This record gives sequence, C-alpha cells and structure tokens, in this order.
Amino acid sequence: MSAETELLRAEGLTKVFGRGKDAVRAVDGVDLALAQGEITALVGQSGSGKSTLGRLLLRLLDPDGGRITFGGKDVTVSRRAARRDYWREVQAVFQDPYAAFHQYRKVGSTLSAALRLLPDESAASRKARVAASLEAVGLDPAETIAKLPHELSGGQRQRAMIARALMLQPRLLIADEATSMLDASARVTVLNLLADLRDERGMSVLFVTHDLGQAYYLADRILVMHRGRIVESGAAEQVVAEPEHDYTRSLLADVPKLHRTG
Amino acid sequence: MKTLKALPPRGTIAAAVFLAIVLAGLIGPLLAPAGPGALLGTSFTPPGSEFLLGTDHLGRSVGIQLVHGIRTSIYIGLLAGITGTLIGVAFGTLAGYRGGVLDEILMGLTNIMITVPAIIVLLLLSISLDTRSVTVMGLCIGFVSWPWTARAVRSQIASLREREHVDIARLSGSGTMRIINVELLPYMMSYIVMAFVIQLYGAILAEAALSLLGLGPSGTASLGVMLHWAIAWESVRGGQWWVFLTPTVFITAITFSLLLVQSSLDTVFNPRLRVGKAAR
Amino acid sequence: MTLARINDLAAHYTAGDTNHHALDGVSLDIAPGQILGVVGESGCGKSTMASVLSLNPGPSLRITSGTMTIDGTEVDLADTESHRRLRGGTVALLPQGALNALNPTRRVGALAYDILAAGDKRIKRAEAMERTASRLEALDLPPRVLRSYPHQLSGGMRQRVVTALATLRNPRLLVADEPSSALDVSSQRLLVDLLRRLVSDGLVDGIVFITHDVALLSELADRIAVMYAGRVVEEAPSRALVDEPHHPYSQALLASVLVPEPGTRGRRVTGIPGSPPDLKVPIAGCPFAPRCDHALEVCEQVRPPRNAADARVDACWKNAETEEALHVG
Repeated sequence: MSAETELLRAEGLTKVFGRGKDAVRAVDGVDLALAQGEITALVGQSGSGKSTLGRLLLRLLDPDGGRITFGGKDVTVSRRAARRDYWREVQAVFQDPYAAFHQYRKVGSTLSAALRLLPDESAASRKARVAASLEAVGLDPAETIAKLPHELSGGQRQRAMIARALMLQPRLLIADEATSMLDASARVTVLNLLADLRDERGMSVLFVTHDLGQAYYLADRILVMHRGRIVESGAAEQVVAEPEHDYTRSLLADVPKLHRTG
Repeated sequence: MKTLKALPPRGTIAAAVFLAIVLAGLIGPLLAPAGPGALLGTSFTPPGSEFLLGTDHLGRSVGIQLVHGIRTSIYIGLLAGITGTLIGVAFGTLAGYRGGVLDEILMGLTNIMITVPAIIVLLLLSISLDTRSVTVMGLCIGFVSWPWTARAVRSQIASLREREHVDIARLSGSGTMRIINVELLPYMMSYIVMAFVIQLYGAILAEAALSLLGLGPSGTASLGVMLHWAIAWESVRGGQWWVFLTPTVFITAITFSLLLVQSSLDTVFNPRLRVGKAAR
Repeated sequence: MTLARINDLAAHYTAGDTNHHALDGVSLDIAPGQILGVVGESGCGKSTMASVLSLNPGPSLRITSGTMTIDGTEVDLADTESHRRLRGGTVALLPQGALNALNPTRRVGALAYDILAAGDKRIKRAEAMERTASRLEALDLPPRVLRSYPHQLSGGMRQRVVTALATLRNPRLLVADEPSSALDVSSQRLLVDLLRRLVSDGLVDGIVFITHDVALLSELADRIAVMYAGRVVEEAPSRALVDEPHHPYSQALLASVLVPEPGTRGRRVTGIPGSPPDLKVPIAGCPFAPRCDHALEVCEQVRPPRNAADARVDACWKNAETEEALHVG
C-alpha cells in the first residue's frame, strides 16, 4: 500500500486483560493497515479478539503495547481534546441496534448529540446535517427524529446509527458486527448501504464480523483473526478461493452453504 | 401515572395507608389544641371522650404526641433517606463507572462502613454531639446508612457501563459527568427509587431504636421517644396499654406499608415479574 | 405415517387491550425419521410455534384453534396440565442458548438424575447414572463428565451434554429452538452432525429445527417450512425448496443468503423492501402482498389457497392461478 492511500496503520498492537496467571492476550501484536476508500473485513470467531481490536482502533480502549497512526499522525496516546478530533474522523456502528440507543430519548436527540463534536456549527446547519444523513440512509428525517428507538425496526435503527456516523462525515467507519443481529433481508440493505458509502463518498470501512459470507460479499480485503493474531490477510477473492492458513481453510469448510443441485 | 396504574392492589392499599399516616403527621399538629409537652390532665387517663388516646405518665395527651411523633419520625426518615441515597448513589456511580483505583478506594471505604454496626456509630455520634436536634439525628442516620445502596448501585452501573449506548455517547464526545447524568442515571431511576424507600424505612426504625435507648431528639415528641417513656414508666406492666401500643402500632404500620410499597414497585419496575409477557 | 402433526393452529399473545396474532392457521406434519426445518425472520412466529409444539407455551399465549397429535395421541391444547406427562418423555426441547442452559452449581450427574426422576420417581440413583453414562458414551462423551460441573466442560462438550440431557428420556420428538444462533460456525457444524446422528441412531424419532439460517437448514433438514407473519407460506423437501422456491417470500429469503463461494463476488443482492406487517390486526389476504413484486389485486383481500403438488405446499395466489391456467390450457 502506498503512503498516499494509507489511512490507518497499527503496529504491534497489544491488549492484555487480567493480571499474572489469568492474563489473556486478547490482541497480541497485531499489524494492520487500512486504505482510503476501501472496505476491509476483520473476520474471526467469538473470542478471537476482533471486537477488542475494533475498540482499540476506536480509541475507546487504551492498548498495552504498539502504536496506531491515523493519516500519518500518531494517535496512540491522546488527551481528551485530541480524542474528540479523532472521533470526528473515525466513527462506529455497533452490534446491538437496541442497546446502541438511549431507550428513553428520541432518535433525533441521540443523533444530534454527536454534533457536539462540531462546536462551530450553526443550529440550522446542524439540523440540515441530521436531515441529509437520514435521507442518505433511506429514512424519512421528519418522521424518524421524532420517534423513540423501540418504534423503529432493527434494520431502521441500524441505518439510523449509520446516519449518526455520517453526519460527521468521518473518513473511517468501524462497523462491529453491525449486521449480525439483523434478519437476512434487512442485512443486505445495510451491507449495500456501506458499499454505496465507499463508492460514492470514498469512505473507508472496517467491517468486523464472524460471518465469512458477509465479509466476502462486502469487503475488498479480508483479515482473518484467530486467538488475538491476524493469521491471514489478502484480497477478498483470494482469501476465499485460495486460503493459505489452516484456520481460514477450516473456517471456510464449516460455513454452511446452500446446497443447490447443479 | 402509568406506574401507579400498574401497581398491584396490595401496593395501592399500602401506599394509601402510608400517605394517610403522613397526612395525619402534617395536619394533626395544626389541629391539636395544645403542644405535645402540655400537661393537660391527670396521668394515665385511659382513652375516652376527653382524651381520644388517653394520657401518659405526666398527663400529656397521647393523641397529640402521636401526630407530632409521626411528623418527627417522617422528617427524620426523609432526611436520612435522601442523605443516604444521595451519598450511596454518588459513591456507587463513581466507583462503578470509573473503576480502577477509585473503585477500590470507594468500595474499601464502603466495606469498612458495612462491617461496623450502624447502631454503634449512631450511639457514639449521638453521645458525642452536643445538640440532639431532629435534623442532626436525621443526618447522622443518613451518614451511616448509605453503604448498601452504594454497593448495589455500583454493580448496576458497572454492567450498564458496558452497554453500547455508553460507547456511542463517548464517541459523540460526552464527558464523564454527562455520561453519568444522561446515559446511566435514567436507567437507574427505578432502582434508586426502590433504594430510597428502603432507606426511608430503615431510618424510621433506626430513629425508634435510638430513641428507645434514650438517645432520641430532645424537646420534641417522636414515636421512639414515646416508646422510651412508655417503657421507662413500666406501662406494659402497669396495664396502660394505650401508652405503648399507640407508637408500636404506628411504627409497624409505617414500616410495613413501606415494605409493601417497595415490593410492589419491584413488580412494576421489573418486567420479568410483570404479569403477562409481551409478544415476541 | 406421521410422528407429529399440528393442524390449523392459531394463537395470539394478549398484552393489555391488544392482541398479537403470533400464529395464524399453521399446519405441519413431521414424519418418523425426519428432520423438519422451520425458517423465518424475527417475529414470524417460529418460536411461538416451537413453544406450542414442545408443550411449553408462555402463560399469556391463547390458543384459539387447532389440533395437535403426537405419536398417535391427540394433545388437548387447552389443558396445559396434561402436557406435563408428555414433556421430556414424548416431546423434549433443546433450548436456545444451550451453552447457558445448565445450572452452574450442579454436577451433570445430578442434573441427569433430576430429569430421569421427573419421569419415574422410583428410579434408583445407580440406574440413572448408568443410563446417563451410556447416553453420554453414545455422544462420544467420557463417563467423567457425570461428575463435572458445567464450567469444567468446553463449549462443544457442553453443547453435547445439553443435547444428551434433552434426549435422556428417549423422547419421540425433539424440538430445537434456535440452538445454533449463538454458536460459531465450527460448533454449528458439530451440532448439525450431532442432530443427524440422533435420528440415524434412533435416539429420537424426529426433530423440528427452528432457525433463521436457511443455509444451515439446507445442510441439515429433510424438509423445510418457511414461515412469515405467523403463517407457513411454503413447505417442501429441502433440495426442492433451495433449488426452486415457489413462494415469492421464499425466493427473496434465499436470494439474500450470502455464502463465500469463490467467483460469486461482485453480484449485487437486493434485500426485501419494506418491513413485516403489524400483527396486532388480523390480515385478510396474503401478509407478504405489500412487499411482493408479483402481488395481484386478490392478494390483499383474500387468503391465498394451499397449492399442494409433488410433496410440496405453498400459499400464493400467483402460483394458484398459474396452475389453474395449466389445467384449463
């Protein structure tokens, strides 16, 4: 990857939970690079450390070792103000479309809370940002902002969460199992939305998932994570067609396939 | 309003009983013809047309003492309940949300407070303080009763903290105070209300116990003080039942109704105990 | 021959003044030696169906019509007391989230004894242990498991222990309600093999497997029933359903399955527009009509007929008319 297109780089990233004998190296010396305008899938089973890695890259968690650079700048250790700057560029969508919303507050207020990261905006332009991003994800702004989270379906809620991230026009979106609690039909809509954001806005996406099928459908590159390490990485087609690591091969063999005749 | 509707019948009755007693404590003293200390008749007059609930060893009206006593006990209970709940919620929230060293310090303090019997601390406090005003007593009870609330709130917050909307709020640039006030406490409200009711209940009992030992507020009537004098003058043995039965019945009624309200609030707030299950 | 059959089952949940029509005229037939897969998205009524079939309906579920027979005997759906006799012995449930289904404070042997004692109060402890040990052995578990606490077992072993316990009293029918959802793909694969073995070894006579994962079903089930908005919209042999789904909803569901098969990348799949209907009001016509590309005028108003042919059934007006045209032509 040339330095021009590289957006984020992690080197030797490590996170240890617990102490002494019980210590678990959830993320164990991970090196990775994300390119501008590309969707990278981080695939791993539960307990592989993929969500911890996602939270490290989101700067919600401090690493115990290694460093993260974003746009060439070291962001590994940062004060709160610097983190706020980082979160204008890097945003997230999480797994549970129910838990991600404050259940007693209207959808609109959860959305506009994120605009406090842009203190110089006028009230009118804030409103416009909310409306435009809701429209971009295919939701009716006027109707959606006045609703409570439980009045939307899971798919609508997940799209509203993507709209929340979009308002800030981030350069990187980290989607941690963002589609795994959705039904198959709603899932495809959200995946297509992420693909459109890459194609139309040049947004980078790190798509964290346990599902190789979704990773293969959506991502340009696939990273396979196992026991805190990245064991395989490459172009999506190559990883699925010619897996190099044994773990990837067993993962592919275990994924249920549709048994069509012919 | 919705909450009240969902209250089971026993809860509604208990709440009504409690409110009626509180009302008696609020209005009674205003209607009373004399103060609680006034010597109105001969000692130990049985209940009758002159004195509805009789008189005590000094010839003071038990009825007038009762309404003043309720007022004092409820005041102490509320003051102690609010103080204890505030301290408990503040400590528990900080420890649960920040974790780490702060958590260990705050919980260490809490555990020390739990192991020291509250009644001993109260005894020492009551003896060492010069003034034995009602307010000081309420605050004292509040200051020793928060540890259980703190522990319970801490464990709730520690699990709430892991919820995704808290991460979303952080990613929106929210600071610690805002996350606690906006993202965590609203989810805790039902819990805090229940903790408060338990604190209220415990404080009223603590006042009665302290006063019974002769460490009650000076210069006013309270349910515990009434009990203290009833026992000091051996009314139980002397057959003056109205003197000791009146405060006993009302302390029991207050605490029992509060306990019932608390347990029925549990069914309102805890969806798993609610009758009928929402469709899935 | 039929092992279990439910016929025209309708049921709703009551919450306050509103009814939620969870099941609307569901009929299913399970033959001996068969695994029937039931697939549908959240809220389609598949879990409610499983609760009725496993004789474990929730307290607020009202069954308004329908009959059910298991192993030749008719079950009185209104009389839940009579269900207890059948539960565990005739019908058993393999629960959702099997990994947390074991009481962590008790040894596996003690759990097994409770289950067997529920069916036969006079059973001896030694006999219970012996029977459990042989069942564990049949599922490749060592006898030491009997003395283990659940947390001492690996995830895969726990899954097998839960399955062994569920089938301990040799139920005729095993109802598995989304047992695979929380598992990673490798454990899913093991579960599928395990269930197939239960049937082929004759430990159970039939399985109803409920899931949202149609790809998994195509590897496991003999027949697949597709549920939507409380109805079975199509039921067919697995291969036939996957190869050639008849109902538009089945078609859409199968089209949105994403599998990592080399060379298929880059094709764009579309989801189903709109969202499932509100089940608070009964639906007169076809519940899928508002989201269906092929909807006719009649679809909205009249309940579609059951088109049965070649061992498969679907409920779609368009298919009914095509068939009629064939007959007339």
